Amino acid sequence: MDKRFVYMDYNATTPLRDEVKARMIEDIDVFANASSMHEAGRRARDRVEKSRAQVAALVGARDPESVFFTSGGSESNNTVFNTMYDLGRGAGGRRKIIITSIEHPCVMNSARRLADEGFHVVFLGVDGYGRIRLDELERELDPARSEGGPTLLVSVMAANNEIGTLQDMKAIAAAAKTAGAYTHSDAVQAAGKIPVDVAAWGVDYLTLSCHKIYGPKGVGALYVRKGAPVEPLIRGGHQELGLRAGTYNNQGILGFGLAAELALRDLGGFAKRLSGLRERLKNGIVALVPDVRINGHPTEVLPNTLNASFPGAEGEAILLSLDLEGIEVSTGSACASGSLEPSHVLMATGVGPELAHGSIRFSMGRATSEEDVDYVLEKLPPIIKRLRRMSTVPSSSATATLAACRD
Amino acid sequence: MSDTFQWLYSPIVKEHFTNPKNVFDPDETFEGDAEGVVGNIKCGDQMMFMLKIKDDLITDVRWKTYGCASAIASTSMLSEVIKGMPIREAYSIKPSDIASRLGGLPENKIHCSVLGDKALRAAIDGYLDKKGRSGEFKGEDSVVVCNCLNITDKDIERAAKDGARTWEQLQAATKIGTVCGSCKPRAEELLHEFAHIYGD
Repeated sequence: MDKRFVYMDYNATTPLRDEVKARMIEDIDVFANASSMHEAGRRARDRVEKSRAQVAALVGARDPESVFFTSGGSESNNTVFNTMYDLGRGAGGRRKIIITSIEHPCVMNSARRLADEGFHVVFLGVDGYGRIRLDELERELDPARSEGGPTLLVSVMAANNEIGTLQDMKAIAAAAKTAGAYTHSDAVQAAGKIPVDVAAWGVDYLTLSCHKIYGPKGVGALYVRKGAPVEPLIRGGHQELGLRAGTYNNQGILGFGLAAELALRDLGGFAKRLSGLRERLKNGIVALVPDVRINGHPTEVLPNTLNASFPGAEGEAILLSLDLEGIEVSTGSACASGSLEPSHVLMATGVGPELAHGSIRFSMGRATSEEDVDYVLEKLPPIIKRLRRMSTVPSSSATATLAACRD
Repeated sequence: MSDTFQWLYSPIVKEHFTNPKNVFDPDETFEGDAEGVVGNIKCGDQMMFMLKIKDDLITDVRWKTYGCASAIASTSMLSEVIKGMPIREAYSIKPSDIASRLGGLPENKIHCSVLGDKALRAAIDGYLDKKGRSGEFKGEDSVVVCNCLNITDKDIERAAKDGARTWEQLQAATKIGTVCGSCKPRAEELLHEFAHIYGD
């Protein structure tokens, strides 16, 4: 195949979809402060409120006012943990927080900060597929069977960014509710890829990010169930019912609204088409590359995400080799993170450091075609073969020759 | 993505990554006189050197590396540098020499180049052992601190000189203690000493 440009890093971020881009450009001169009382302000505000309803619809929130806009997923997550800090630090407040060991760093680090402040934080382990065990959650939620007293918050990501594994949010939220704990779900990767329904799931808080659903960067949202407490992270004016200060990001919010509406409209077809591409890629890799491990859950998984480990080849070297062929992916290798530790997600699933270092995440999206998948299937096998041939990790023929060279 | 946009690392790194020199081909037979392996798959990189040595000159070399692009390029560059070199001279090659020959490596990638020279030294040490010349090139004043990776007090001193102040920075610079970790207390002591000497 002729050289192509194949972007397979949609879980990192997505391009603006054409409709969203056109709408944002069309509205680029809407500069009025959406909090102003004059007509221009009211017009701007009208767009914000329309977007709020569109985003609420994407996650099944009946009341649009239960959704408020933020600067992104990290801010939304921080708002929840900051609220828990305020709730728990007072006398008699619950001070136990349960999260999983495969959360996004922003949840991990927010939880660690609470631990530093004296909260009892539990990092729930996951099984080999990346799913938490419900009985473990129930035990941690039961003060008679675990440490830390009654639980304040359970925070579980709906879909994992690295391996795509989905959690049973309905069961998790039900267990938390029984124990009187709040439930938060980081649904940044789930939204637009699988049905997200705050009412059916029964969560109290849900985090969204706009740039993962083909909208602009710098916008996110937090769903807060009516009656659930929330403390502003950014204080100032009266925007967002006083829950999030700062002048409205007109074009960003406008783009978010349309992106959410289109994501909801296209959800069924998108998921079906992407599942097909994922199968094609997975089957192709397994057939063409010897000794591969597919990471994540075999069925409860995002339709666009395929994570594979190639023992004997290191992830950054694979990534950069693919990059030279025009294929853009990501890796769980330590070398790509600048630390000495490989992906905490893969390590939590128990695959071991070698498989974590040799892992590649292919995350596909709206523009991905069968030809793109076939191009990857053409370029990937020789890259793995080349890296394995120069690797110290023994392959059968290399071992024989090496043994001969030893005296 | 485009042909003009700069690659992640220098053009020399790219060349050695895409066309590595002297890499051992599993289909060839290489009768080496010495072999050294250091590193650990668990840590994300491992390197192996095989040398042909005649009259204390390195006449040919092959290597294998499990690691990232910088690790592969560093090993390749090192293999070019040591061909035809007396083993005594090769023994004293420093990671910084390789990094500069590669046109520089980003700060967080320097540690990828430190295993190559250690694998090379391990190979030469093995050769000297075999010839009954054990420890001939070990500086009398240098002491091995990390036995797993053959890292000496001189290596720690060099890292401290280059700015390492914490155990993590020392590990990033030298990979020390990334296998069994039992050297940590002694290494930290030394680091504190050297930080005192070279501190701001």
